[in-house]
Amino acid sequence: MQALTNRSKVVSDKKMTFIEWIYIPAILKGMSITLRHFFKKKATISYPEQKREFSQVYRGQHVLKRDEEGRERCTACGLCAVACPAEAITMVAAERKPGEEHLYREEKYASIYEINMLRCIFCGDCEEACPKEAIFLTDRIVASEYKRAPFIYGKDILVEPLDLNLRVDVSARQTENVLKFKQNKRFAHNK
Amino acid sequence: MSLIKVTIDNIEVEVEAGTTILNAARQIGGSVVPPAMCYYSKLEGSGGYCRTCLVKVAQGSAKDPRPMPKLVPSCRTTVQDGMVVQNITSPEVMENRRAITEFLLINHPLDCPVCDQAGECHLQDLSYAHGLDETQTVEERRTFEPIDIGDKIKLNMNRCILCYRCVKVADQITDHRVHGVLGRGDHSEISTHILKAIDNDFSGNMIDVCPVGALTDKTFRFKSRVWFTKPFDAHRECPTCSGKTAIWMKGEEILRVTGRKDKYGEVEEFICNDCRFNHKEIKDWIVEGPRTIERHSVISQNHYQK
Repeated sequence: MQALTNRSKVVSDKKMTFIEWIYIPAILKGMSITLRHFFKKKATISYPEQKREFSQVYRGQHVLKRDEEGRERCTACGLCAVACPAEAITMVAAERKPGEEHLYREEKYASIYEINMLRCIFCGDCEEACPKEAIFLTDRIVASEYKRAPFIYGKDILVEPLDLNLRVDVSARQTENVLKFKQNKRFAHNK
Repeated sequence: MSLIKVTIDNIEVEVEAGTTILNAARQIGGSVVPPAMCYYSKLEGSGGYCRTCLVKVAQGSAKDPRPMPKLVPSCRTTVQDGMVVQNITSPEVMENRRAITEFLLINHPLDCPVCDQAGECHLQDLSYAHGLDETQTVEERRTFEPIDIGDKIKLNMNRCILCYRCVKVADQITDHRVHGVLGRGDHSEISTHILKAIDNDFSGNMIDVCPVGALTDKTFRFKSRVWFTKPFDAHRECPTCSGKTAIWMKGEEILRVTGRKDKYGEVEEFICNDCRFNHKEIKDWIVEGPRTIERHSVISQNHYQK
């Protein structure tokens, strides 16, 4: 059969020469390669202490945003769930009751909103599908766990805190051009 | 009865005298059928309000080949022998349909993410096919104070396009009508006279005929988006109606019961309120099998069929 590359070697069982037979040159050659790596720059970092620089549009753990008045933006329209290629998102909608206007922006809200982080492939399609600018991917890394169950993130983890100082900043994902584009009156309904 | 020849978008069809252009087009089928927001073949006297089905008549008839001076509503215009109609082949009609869609959307709230009709809304489909993707108006949209019309049907007047279908249903299917269109012109609204609950065995059909989300099922309100549910044909022994319905299931749960809608969004048979609202257990129904969903419909998302 014709070889696909010229890197393949034909294996033979011919008798070894004396130099090959004592193995020492081969061992020394291997050790020198190993030793050389001791002085090379490390490929890894000590993660929690050191952190790598992330791209501004890194796609990590999701956040469900609140608006300026602290109301949840998500209206449980289900477009993120239908856009999700991994079918990781599920939600249950509920109707806003009188007196809850300060909690939810629209008549309808998500009473349960779950993302299965084991299924999620962090493609960002949910962010793109969202008509209410409610869900964003952030530069936070999803924490590792020992069990599978904690990977189903509910609203307690996903919704950002009410406290203005603890809000999750997604402004980097909305560059000046994007913000300018959104000044367009066709997005007036989304204020 | 003698058949007469009519040409719609260069396709010749023979229909009975007295047929409307819209129904002649429906006999051809496919993309030459004008969209209709208010015409409903099962309701007498429906049509003529929404203007989405306007077509161009390039030749009035074989005897009088002059074109009609203006675009005509195809749901109300009957065919004549030798009539030549242009629908999608006429740029004038398409331009007009785009403008009509814009008019229908002027006061329509953009609350599709909240609306239960989203996914099976005719106005959504129409604007997707013909509308602009941005609004040209900056004015406030017309809003109404919400009124309660009973515990089964939810009325959201802001979404209404005044197609009169629900009024026709109440007139023709139910014993007596308690709701209608009040006010005139821009102030017209669907309402009951002196707050009255709509309570009748067949009143739930108003939900099925409503082309938008103005009348929705309160028992299904915010339960699920339609594209997460799967429709099945089902029937039961019903003393008041035929009992032939479509049930919309999510897992083992029946979330909603509606009439069986054909490709024009018209129900095959009107069903009674008992079937629609009170039978949501799987043991109430004999399930015939899954309904076929159009491949391009959002309802077919994530449903795997043969």
